[in-house]
Amino acid sequence: MEQVKCECGHVNPHGTAFCESCGKPLVDLGERPLLDMRYEGSARRSQTYKKTIIDQIWAFFSSVKVGVALIVITLVASAIGTIFPQQMYIPPNVDPAEYYKQQYGWAGKLYYELGFNNLYGSWWYILLIALIGVSLVICSLDRVIPLYRALKRQGVKRHPHFLERQRLFGVSHVSDLDKTMAVLKERLAARRYHVREEGGHLLAEKGRFSRWGPYVNHIGLIIFLIGAMLRSVPGMYTDRVMWIPEGETKEIPGTNGRYFLKSEKFIFETYEKGKDNEVFNAAIDRVGNGMIAKNYQTNVVLYKRVGPVIPGAKPKLEKVKEYPIRVNEPLKFDHYALYQVDFRLNEPKAMSFQLADKQSGKTFGTVTVDLYDPKESYNLGHGYRVELLSYFPDFEFDEDGNPSTKSRVPNNPAFVFKMYAPDRPKGEVSFVAIRQTIEPFGDNKYKMAFAGLQTRNVSGLTVRRDFTLWILGLGGVIFMIGLIQGMYWNHRRIWVQRINGELWIAAHTNKNWFGLKNELRRLLDGTGVAMPTDRLEEEKQAGQGGQAHGTA
Amino acid sequence: MKKQQRLVMRTTILLVLLAAIVYTIYTNFFTEKTAVAVGSTAPDFVLADLEGNEHRLSDYRGKGVFLNFWGTWCKPCEREMPYMNELYPIYKKQGVEILAVNVGEPELNVKKFAERFGLEFPIVIDRQDQVLNAYNVGPLPTTFLIDKNGEVKQIITGTMTKDDIQRHLESIKP
Repeated sequence: MEQVKCECGHVNPHGTAFCESCGKPLVDLGERPLLDMRYEGSARRSQTYKKTIIDQIWAFFSSVKVGVALIVITLVASAIGTIFPQQMYIPPNVDPAEYYKQQYGWAGKLYYELGFNNLYGSWWYILLIALIGVSLVICSLDRVIPLYRALKRQGVKRHPHFLERQRLFGVSHVSDLDKTMAVLKERLAARRYHVREEGGHLLAEKGRFSRWGPYVNHIGLIIFLIGAMLRSVPGMYTDRVMWIPEGETKEIPGTNGRYFLKSEKFIFETYEKGKDNEVFNAAIDRVGNGMIAKNYQTNVVLYKRVGPVIPGAKPKLEKVKEYPIRVNEPLKFDHYALYQVDFRLNEPKAMSFQLADKQSGKTFGTVTVDLYDPKESYNLGHGYRVELLSYFPDFEFDEDGNPSTKSRVPNNPAFVFKMYAPDRPKGEVSFVAIRQTIEPFGDNKYKMAFAGLQTRNVSGLTVRRDFTLWILGLGGVIFMIGLIQGMYWNHRRIWVQRINGELWIAAHTNKNWFGLKNELRRLLDGTGVAMPTDRLEEEKQAGQGGQAHGTA
Repeated sequence: MKKQQRLVMRTTILLVLLAAIVYTIYTNFFTEKTAVAVGSTAPDFVLADLEGNEHRLSDYRGKGVFLNFWGTWCKPCEREMPYMNELYPIYKKQGVEILAVNVGEPELNVKKFAERFGLEFPIVIDRQDQVLNAYNVGPLPTTFLIDKNGEVKQIITGTMTKDDIQRHLESIKP
């Protein structure tokens, strides 16, 4: 392996820009006056060896350009995903291919054909995120290790070429070098610099840990990504929807049949004038009385199934607890949480009809049809009887013009009744829908007169169990720590050396040069040492246009 | 020597990252979204048919079971029902049962539907959605092919032609 030995005796890895120990430039810098201090001039390994395939893959992912490209592609794709609604937000009972074309024209068709309708769950989107993760790991490793090495090995005494190529650099003649050095050392220590002395030279340094900020930040991101990845591991993450009508007991999905829930009541309250505090009156007047939601609540009873779980079998239930689920006040049990997310008010439950004589209006009894479990035949006594021939919970005419149902939910119930009476022993057929009656076989004597509707409210709940949340939280906290570490602290270094009877000062910071200059001014005040000049600004003023300086 | 070490190190890190990506992609896209995966044992259940007879899946061990989830409003389900009915007696003799699970509709509607198509095979109604949850069925129709050992051989969503059904029934003959 090629190595470069500096004249100070330190052996540097191949590719190092300037000596790790003394800072003497190892490559010919030509006329460039300033050193690029990024990564301390250390040799990023991936840049120097590209022999095997592994090294080439490594080199690819260690490139910040590649990382930025991946992030930009992901951002653009994410943005495109918001142009039209994702498939999970379109009505569930429509064909997505048709829907996108119908709603958004050719753009929608293209959107669907390119798979943007399921963008965030598509394999290539997940692959992109994963590649960003790989890029993060490799970029970080490839930089943090050489940087750590370089900062650990830096010598106090630096080569004059290093000093004079710093952005802040000055040479002063002072009468008493020893005394000035001692004063500076004391002042630096008072300003919380960590001062090292070697052969009469000083290296004062503070805030080095700020340099690790970006890498701590990356570790946080990687932990976050691992948390997101774990969501696809069975059992780690459950997110299911549950619709439960008042009065019913249903299995809680996602609990493998171990828990059941009964809804006692769904409560929807609004702010009303007179009933609520006067401070709300202005808002109520503006929006309307009874228009502002105050509370969505489902009173539930939680049951646990005892004995073996055989789906379909009537479960033996044991009451666990009663709880009012309100928005942001979920029912929590066994790491599950049930959230109030949706509701449907006044959903039809049963419909009542009276068998009546169309002419006289005389009635012969009431038939109540349970819309979830209708009976086939209803006997009204005295020879009057009603048969239910067909029932359509969600009535529509299908493509062939036949009556049919859209779903199993009684949104728009319709019935075909056959009515028997002593004077109509063969029966009369009547098709009854909401606000509509059809008598397919001519005029009937009797009719089914609408006599009432029983309704109930249905609660929409979300069942969630998430074992990845703490990992995401941890990742987030570490991310923030790294961010703060890198943002609010600066890594400042000041070199003070005596060279040929002169006092040389050079200073470097990874950010906030203004602050460093202020600090230097205070340090040097009254010592007779001249304030170092900012050579980058000098260059700018000279109108040559300076090379931007590294700030990693 | 150091170079050798670095190659090993890099290879290891890249392999770990690759494994994580492959695992994520695999679990997201190549395993069934249903709770029941191909190759796993079909969850047992017990449901009553229209005559009130109870059908327990584990009682069908030793036979193939063509388990079809359906609803009366679902047109694709309606299309494949007559084919299933036609093939049912032929394959029943050869040890393959057809069991149709209705997704909790009123018994009246299921009965009328069965009468309309003259359906011969047993139809059970999953009133509380328990079986639907256990099998995590999304779209209808969904069919699970279960072999004589109770293992799920294949999961089919969407409508099937008569040839498809015949091929599937053939595949789970004991």
